[in-house]
Amino acid sequence: MSLPHIFLFILLFAGTLSAAPPHYPSPIELAVSPDGARLLVLCEGTDELTVIDAHTGKIAGRVQVGRVPKGLWLSGRYAYVANSWSDTVSVVDTDTLQVTRTLKTGFEPNAVVTDRASATIYTANRIGNDISVIDQASGVETRRLAAGRGASYLTPTPDGQSLYCTHIYPNIGLHRAPPESEITVVDAEHQIVRERQPLHNVAGVFHVAFSSDGRLGLACQLRPKNLVPLAHVEHGWVFGDSLTLFGADVGEPVQVLIDELEHYYTMPFGVVVAPDKSVAYISTTGANSVTVIDIRRLLEFVRAASPRQRRALANDLSASAHFVAARIPVGRAPKGIALSPDGALLYVANRLDDTVSVIDTATRKVVRTIELGGPAELTPQRRGEQLFFDARFAFHNGFSCANCHLESTFDGLQWDLEPDGFGIDIVDNRLLEDIDGTEPFKWNGGNPDLETECGPRTEKYFYRSQSYSREELGDLVSYIKSMPLRPNRYRLPNGDLTAAQERGKDIFERTRRKDGTPIPESNQCGFCHSGRHYTNQKQVDVGSGKWSDRSPIIDVPQLTNIALTAPYLHDGSARSLEEIWTVFNPKDTHGVTNDLVKDELNDLIEYLKTL
Amino acid sequence: MKHKTWCVFLSLLPLAASAQPMPRYHWQNFTTADGLPDNRVFSVAVDGARIWAGTENGLGLYENGKWKVFRPADGLAHRAVTYVAVDKTTHDVWAATMGGLSRYSAGRFDTYTQLNSGLSNDVVYGVGVQGDYVWAATAAGASRLNTRTGEWSLFNERNTPMYEIWTYAVSPGTSKVYYAVWGAGVLEYDVKTERWKDYNDPDGETEMVLFKDQGLIHEITTSVSWMEKEKILWVATYFGASRYDGRNWHNFMQKDSGLPSDFMNQVKGVDGNRAWFSTDKGLAYYDGENWAVYRPSLQTGKPEMLVRDAQGKVTQVETDTAPAHNYTFGVDFQGNDIWVATAKGLSHGIRIQEEVSRNVTRRNDR
Repeated sequence: MSLPHIFLFILLFAGTLSAAPPHYPSPIELAVSPDGARLLVLCEGTDELTVIDAHTGKIAGRVQVGRVPKGLWLSGRYAYVANSWSDTVSVVDTDTLQVTRTLKTGFEPNAVVTDRASATIYTANRIGNDISVIDQASGVETRRLAAGRGASYLTPTPDGQSLYCTHIYPNIGLHRAPPESEITVVDAEHQIVRERQPLHNVAGVFHVAFSSDGRLGLACQLRPKNLVPLAHVEHGWVFGDSLTLFGADVGEPVQVLIDELEHYYTMPFGVVVAPDKSVAYISTTGANSVTVIDIRRLLEFVRAASPRQRRALANDLSASAHFVAARIPVGRAPKGIALSPDGALLYVANRLDDTVSVIDTATRKVVRTIELGGPAELTPQRRGEQLFFDARFAFHNGFSCANCHLESTFDGLQWDLEPDGFGIDIVDNRLLEDIDGTEPFKWNGGNPDLETECGPRTEKYFYRSQSYSREELGDLVSYIKSMPLRPNRYRLPNGDLTAAQERGKDIFERTRRKDGTPIPESNQCGFCHSGRHYTNQKQVDVGSGKWSDRSPIIDVPQLTNIALTAPYLHDGSARSLEEIWTVFNPKDTHGVTNDLVKDELNDLIEYLKTL
Repeated sequence: MKHKTWCVFLSLLPLAASAQPMPRYHWQNFTTADGLPDNRVFSVAVDGARIWAGTENGLGLYENGKWKVFRPADGLAHRAVTYVAVDKTTHDVWAATMGGLSRYSAGRFDTYTQLNSGLSNDVVYGVGVQGDYVWAATAAGASRLNTRTGEWSLFNERNTPMYEIWTYAVSPGTSKVYYAVWGAGVLEYDVKTERWKDYNDPDGETEMVLFKDQGLIHEITTSVSWMEKEKILWVATYFGASRYDGRNWHNFMQKDSGLPSDFMNQVKGVDGNRAWFSTDKGLAYYDGENWAVYRPSLQTGKPEMLVRDAQGKVTQVETDTAPAHNYTFGVDFQGNDIWVATAKGLSHGIRIQEEVSRNVTRRNDR
């Protein structure tokens, strides 16, 4: 190679490097070593476990783990990392900073814990809606337990006898019924689901924490008000940010809001209880703060309430004045939190500015901010991501984009978005991943681009504010367009289709009915659901309109990762893919399916799950 | 008079059964008066100390001396529960009903129907769990759910030798899965090769064997029980029972065995040599040589236990209790005890240790 060629190569290589999007660490969870000397920070943006000297705040090492790690557990010298996009657990030796084992899990593990003896590993699998039980010695998954929908977080009880699993999505229920979620309680001795604690009117449940005596449990959660029109933002009828309290200290579980009458503290995510049970700390992602709960006052307040008053607490915005001791501002989008063993320091992972806040729990002030070494420059996408999770734009800071698009996905709910009266134009929430090129937006196709969807539409109907500046809107749209599509779990490992999926593909692409008569082009699956995203970006009437819709004309939705986003149809009335055709397609207006036998419909669905 | 004569005759018979003491039970019977959802009990499944009863009007759970009842209002697919199976790994319970398939897991029902899932038909007669797969026997063929991926696979006349699609029962094992197909014999699924094979009337004309042990006794099969360890298949039909060892068939009929009737709702193997038969005329046990029948007497209604030895000699064994009714639907085992689903309640057979041999010895001494 001549010198000019080498020079050209270097230039091109450098150009390639500069074109690659920067990776921000995006710390999501953290843990403190038993001696308090080290802090382990899980960075989902760089697929790393970062080890920090807790005394100096210096980074002591980084360990590369699987893709998009979401869950972290520390047991002795080993750290366990749930790699959500790899469907694996990395076992990390924290002394040598090496991954010693990589174990297979169910679909999209989001949390990992071990039992007390570290003989069994458990993962909560978000897409699988289940819990993997893995034998530590053999590394083999020995059983799969049915959890709720979107199983995402696991917490052992202090005595180690039970594991509490919470869920980012509500269970699939009846159409337009209040959302119902659950806490799935696993008997750690027998490795079975022992009970399911119902969480009424709750969707989006995050971490759970227990007091050290095991008598009090706290679950962080959202209470969506999706059955009333979003016109009622000013009434506080959009989201409540709340806790479910359970355990011997409270008797029957009770829900309490951490919000205030004129200020919401959105997205309670991480929670820890002080060793002496005096206070609980809750990270509120959309409020960029930590809420401090005085547990003694909280218990006195709850115990003094009559059963009727306890039920009312779930919506009582004035209640928090009785037990919230402080709000501590931290970095952007605080997620995982952890206490030092003596409870003197609280560590907070600030996901969107790549830092860890260290809070002195005595003074309740941030005493140090640890930089995790992310890129100094913020790209438009990164700035947009910060906006996406920030609730300061909404009336009373009530919610952010991420309230409905949980962790940039969806929420499994149907909303009444328009200020046109009760129950008109109910719309199902949709996945945001890989949506660039699927415009127009909204189920009626009314928004030609994301700028309209996220700008004036959001200002008027969602936030009730002036919302974003022109630059901010550009950043936000840039972020949304950059959301990657997660791996599809339903194809064979090499990307091929199974025999059933191949048969389904033939049905999807067919141009004739089984009797040989032609199917009009406009009624062929692949006509509307065409292109890379399986949408022709048109609006059509497929006969799925309801009495509550102002128009039966529906925007053709993209089908990418459609398997994840039940329920279906524009209003979420089809609880499963099957119901789209078994219930809502009596006249073959939504594709020709009534000549199919059940086997063939199953094949079609198996194919759709691969898209 | 006739009955009295029969009893005297029985009591005078020398008891060859003394060499093979047959299990004897104290029967405790449950009805709606005790909290059972309905007296017509189609299926019973034991899960440790918990007893599940599938009845005509709900699913019952007997635990700590009390019955809990589940009905459609609780999330059950349909009130008529035709079969119950327990996933021994997760302890989830699968209920086959006349309106779909339900999974009960720690207080939550998940229901699968032909509309909301890939299940082939809402009329589900049987269900079995093997590893990650749930196999259902429906009125429109076999359905298999992969609980890890959610994939449904259907097996019917289009992709198996199943010329009738009315599947009545399923018995899944690690190497083979067997279906009783009402009117189409037995279907065998090889887990390794994923191929199906059918067992029917050998001559293909009469639905039944012409000669004893020629093949499967009759094509109207109601139940199968696969003994994975011994590789033995037990089959129940409305016209007798069969045992298949992979090479030879051995058939049992009322006229040449201790079966009290050729009409059977279920067979459940203990192992390759022993099995329980739920018939319309009592519950029968076969230990590989001898037979025992447990029932309220068909004539008097009084408790009755009959033992038939290998030579065909029948004797009556003293007993003061009997299953709730002679019309039996199925059994399950709880250690040495047995639970029996009958048309008039659920029966718990509490094993009486050593009693039979002592009793028989006393009779021989007389």
